Order: sequence, then structure tokens, then C-alpha cells
Amino acid sequence: MSGVPRSDLAASVGLEDADLLGMYRTIAAARAVDERMWILNRAGRIPFVISGQGHEGAQVAIAWPLERKKDWIAPFYRSIGTCLTFGMTAQDILMAQYAKAADPSSGGRQMPGHYGNAENNLVSLSSPVATQILHAVGIALAAKIRKTGQVAMCSMGEGSSNQGDVHEALNFAGIHKLPFIFVVENNGYAISVPSERELALPDVAMRASGYGIPGVIVDGSDVLACYSAAKEAVDRARRGEGSTLIEAKVIRLTAHSSDDQQTKYRSAEELAGMAAKDALPRFRAQLRDAGVLDEATEARIAAEIKAEVDAATDHCEAEPDPDPATAMRWVFAEDWPSESPPPWGFGPGGGSHDGPGGAR
Amino acid sequence: MAIRTFIEAIRDTLASEMRRDPTTILLGEDVGKKGGVFLATDGLWAEFGDDRVIDTPLTESMIVGASIGAAMNGLRPIAEIQFADFIFPAFNQILSEAARMRYRSNNGFGVPMTIRAPYGGGVHGALYHSQSVEAFFTHIPGLKVVVPSTPYDARGLLRSSIRDDDPVLFFEHKKMYRSVRGDVPDTDYTVPLGRAAITRPGSHVTVVAYGLMAHYALEAADVVAEEGISVEVVDLRTLRPLDKDTLLTSVKKTGKCLVVYEDNRFGGYGAEICAIVADEAFDFLDGPVSRVAGPDVPAVPYNHVLEDWFMVNPTKIADGIRTLAAY
Repeated sequence: MSGVPRSDLAASVGLEDADLLGMYRTIAAARAVDERMWILNRAGRIPFVISGQGHEGAQVAIAWPLERKKDWIAPFYRSIGTCLTFGMTAQDILMAQYAKAADPSSGGRQMPGHYGNAENNLVSLSSPVATQILHAVGIALAAKIRKTGQVAMCSMGEGSSNQGDVHEALNFAGIHKLPFIFVVENNGYAISVPSERELALPDVAMRASGYGIPGVIVDGSDVLACYSAAKEAVDRARRGEGSTLIEAKVIRLTAHSSDDQQTKYRSAEELAGMAAKDALPRFRAQLRDAGVLDEATEARIAAEIKAEVDAATDHCEAEPDPDPATAMRWVFAEDWPSESPPPWGFGPGGGSHDGPGGAR
Repeated sequence: MAIRTFIEAIRDTLASEMRRDPTTILLGEDVGKKGGVFLATDGLWAEFGDDRVIDTPLTESMIVGASIGAAMNGLRPIAEIQFADFIFPAFNQILSEAARMRYRSNNGFGVPMTIRAPYGGGVHGALYHSQSVEAFFTHIPGLKVVVPSTPYDARGLLRSSIRDDDPVLFFEHKKMYRSVRGDVPDTDYTVPLGRAAITRPGSHVTVVAYGLMAHYALEAADVVAEEGISVEVVDLRTLRPLDKDTLLTSVKKTGKCLVVYEDNRFGGYGAEICAIVADEAFDFLDGPVSRVAGPDVPAVPYNHVLEDWFMVNPTKIADGIRTLAAY
């Protein structure tokens, strides 16, 4: 034993108090970054936001037992908590919102929300949903063949889970007992369509039996339940016993995106009732009750996060946009002299300032 | 130097590359014990075992999507799509994922993966075992598309494809598997991607072709030679990146360009070749940039009379050459 005092709460899940505070800090940071994104959008500083609010508790807790820079995650567009847990910073996330040249996800090439980071084994994401599950399964296949001991995780919403790629991926993962974890963050909506119009069964986890793997349902507002489910799945994968499906029942606190008006399809009562299911205040209260989080620590963490997000915002504002002269780079590993630049060269907006396709 | 059939050259190359590089794996439908429906992978499962030669479920999207993931985590997958006609369930993985991974991650991730697929008609394969699908993929920046026509090129280009750090589609005309033979050295030579070959020098008309049509173009050139028409044949070998230099140098010399492809004519790969020639060799042309291509019906019909009607052959190419040469 380390001699560091440990709360009963931490002991109940095999962690230290520092882990619980780390989780709390990451969840709170994910929320703070997300809220900043909306402010910047409404202030006209960034054109688009897609949010993870309401998912953060499950995201952070489920990614927690994975080993950074060894294991892999194929995230999705709400995965801010996941990415922060796995090594990206608030600044990295905001750089994607601003699409600046040094944005570590894509160098400003992708829409916000398409996080990815080779340095942290976070797979680059596209927009057609659920494609990334096959990448995670392929990563797990390579881990098994190369005997690296790595585990691959993929997360997505329940709406995306209906895609054919999910069936193909889980079937293959089941056949080969791959070290793979499929996380469904079920917030009850595919943009505007409620889950009863998306799923023939109430729970995505029920499908797991069709692939010979366990399907676990967890309350996404119960951070430590999410952690325990993920820990068991990681241990199982590490032992060579195969894949697990974890379905976390979460809430979507915001509209689908900054371009969506959710009051058109969600009632005022429903929206008002969501705060009670929010993992962030629930976990905060749990840590207070357990004596892990006192007022001073809470205030210190809040101040640190605010300073970090403020500094990240200032940094991103000052960063340069990508140079059009770089726009033809990295189609391939090497340049292709046979692929010529457009007749308007590489000036912004084609020599004039009309923007792409501007008046000519 | 040994004489090999087209498919033997492919099989030997897969085996030698898998011996050379332990990170290569092969996956696809029936590629294991059976050795593939055409036997292109015959014997590889016995030599390399379950881990490196993987019989997949009938899930083309998975074959490609999992290959992308495996490629990101240190392997060099060689995926087989049983027939090019069945590649479309994987189209999204190829287009949205493999082709864009490097660009969208600003060189964070690459996908060193080769997708092999038998294509082409003239084998009684009907609508769904005969298609030419290259135009769908040559349209996409981020993919390399290779169509060899000889055992020598098949070996050299497959080596280059497997060793390339980006996704390569490698299309093999199934009619050539056992009907085309040629010298294949036992050395570790490669044929670089993106280089065309002049397979017959000539002075009156340039015929541009690839795959089976590269052979038919040579046969047609022999026929019209007896009538005094001198044909230069450009075998593109790699469709993208395109070897514009060889193409344009030839057309500027002959002043006439006939593009031959087996696929449907409208919007086919050869249409882009025509556009490039018209744009960049206009001052040298003394006849219309022309095409001989498959008719615009949905695909190759089964009955042999209908199939013969569909297929471009040396006679149809020779007619196209004569028409163009008359300008």
C-alpha cells in the first residue's frame, strides 16, 4: 500500500482518490471547453459546434482504464471527454474549432468535431457515421497478430450503431475474439429521431448476444459504474477473452449541433428534466459526500480549468490559418508532380478575395 | 527468366512479398484453404498460416475497413475483393476513409494497403462478374489505381503496390489470368507506379489502353499495319497517378489519339485521357481525340451473342484506328 489515504469510494472501484479527482477534473474540463465552443460560435468566432455535453461522465470513465499511447480509440464527433482523457488538451480541441494550421486533428482541413491525433492513438474521424468501428476492429486484429497486448475501443451514438459496418465489425470481432470494446453512447436521439424510431429493441446492448460477446448496460450519469464496466472489458480484452459491447445511457444536453433547433422535436419538460441526469453534478456530489473533494479543491480545479480554457482560446485566436500553398500536400506520402495545381494557383480566393468559387 | 502465366506471377509475388515482409497479411473471401476462387492465393495459407492469411466473412466493407485499421497499427494488409463487381459495399470505406485518411489527418495517419480485385468481361460472367470499375476509383484523389497487362508488369507493379505507403487498387483482368504468359525474372525488380510503357512504337496513330485492351490494341495494330497504318501503343499500366509525359509525348509525335477501354463509354476513365490530350496537346492534333469503349448498357449481358456485342475486341479497335487515320 502506498500510504496515501484512500476513500472507501475509491477503494470500492480499485482506484486511488487522485484517480477520482483526475476523472472529475477531466469531465469538468470537457464541459468547460464545450461551453466555450458555444460561446465562441454565438459570438461569431467559429462557424460550427457539435457538442458532447451530457456524455462527458461516461466518456471519461470508459476511456480511463485504457493505457495512453499504447491502446487505441476510434472516437466520434461528441468525444471531447474521450479525447481529453486520452491525451489531447483543451487547446487541441479548440484548435479544431478554429481550424487553424496547427490544429493537431487535421490542420484545419476537417469540420470541428472530427478529432484525431496520431501521437495519442486517436483515430482520425470522418463524417459518414460508424465507419470508424471497422478501423478499431482492424487495429485490434493487428494487435492480436502482432501480440502487442493493445486494446482498441470505438465509440459512437446509438443512431450510428444501426449502420451495416457495425454488424460487419462485431461479427468479425466475435469470430476472432479480438481485443476490442464497442461503446455506444445512447442519448436517445439521432439528431431529431428518437430511439424508439431507430432501434427495434430498447437496448443496443441486446444485440451483443448475436455476436457472442457480452453486452453491458450502464447508467451514463454514474461515472464509477461506467469505469467499472470499462475496466472489466479492458481486462477481458487484455486476457485474450475477446470483445465487449458497453452501452452507456447518456443525455444530450444541447441541440445536435449549432445548426439544430431541438425545441422543434423535444418538449420543454423533457429538456428541463435532463439536469437531474447530468453526470457532472452527480459525480461532484458523490466526491464531496465521500470526502474526496472539498470546497477548496473544487474551487482550485474550477480556476485551473478556466485559466486553461481562457489561455487556449487566446492561443487559438492568435494562431495562423492554413496557407493555401499547403492544400495539395499529403494527398499521398510523397508529392505527385503529375497532379497539377489549379489555374488560379495558391492565392487566397484565387488571386482575388472572393473566396473559393467567387465571382469571376 | 521463367515463363509465367499472369496469375502465377501474381501468386508468386504475393508469396515472395509475404516472405520478405512479416507485417504483410492477406485477407478476403475464400483466400485461405481454397486459395481464392481463381487460385491467386493458392498455397499461401499453408505457408503462412491463419494469422497472415485470413478467410473473412462475406463482408467487403469489413475487409477494407479492418485493413485500414490494421494498416494504421503496423501491418501492411493485402485485401482481396473476390470480384471487382463486389467492391461497392466497401466503396465508402475506400472513398471516405482510405483515400482521405492521410489528407484529413494532415499526414498524421497513412494507409499502406493494397486491394486486389479481378475485373473485366469476356468470360461469361454476365452483369455482376464482368465489370470494369476503375473509373469510380481513378476519380478519387488519394488512391493509386494500377491495371497491369503482362506477367512482368503484374509482378513489378504488385511489389510496388504492396510496398507503397498509400492505398493502391490493383485490378487484374480475369480473362488474362491463364491466357497471358510472359517472361518473369526471378530477381527483386519493381515496376514503379505512375509510369506508362510504349509497347509498340509507331508514327501515325497513338492508341492508349490498359489491361486486356492493351493486348487487343497490339493485335489491332498488327492488322492495320498491313494496310500501311503505323500505330504506337501506350500501355498506361498505372491509371492514377497518370504518366502524362509518356502519353503527351506520343500524341504530340503522331498527332492522333485513340483511347480504348472496356468499361462503358460515358464518363469512363478514357474520357479523362481524352480531355487531357485535348487540353494539353491541342496544337499537335490533326484528328478528333477518339474512343473505342464499351456500349452504354448497365453491364455485360450473359448470352454469348450479347457478350460478344458488348466486348471491345481487336476488330472494333482496328475500325476505330482506320477512321481516325483517315483524317
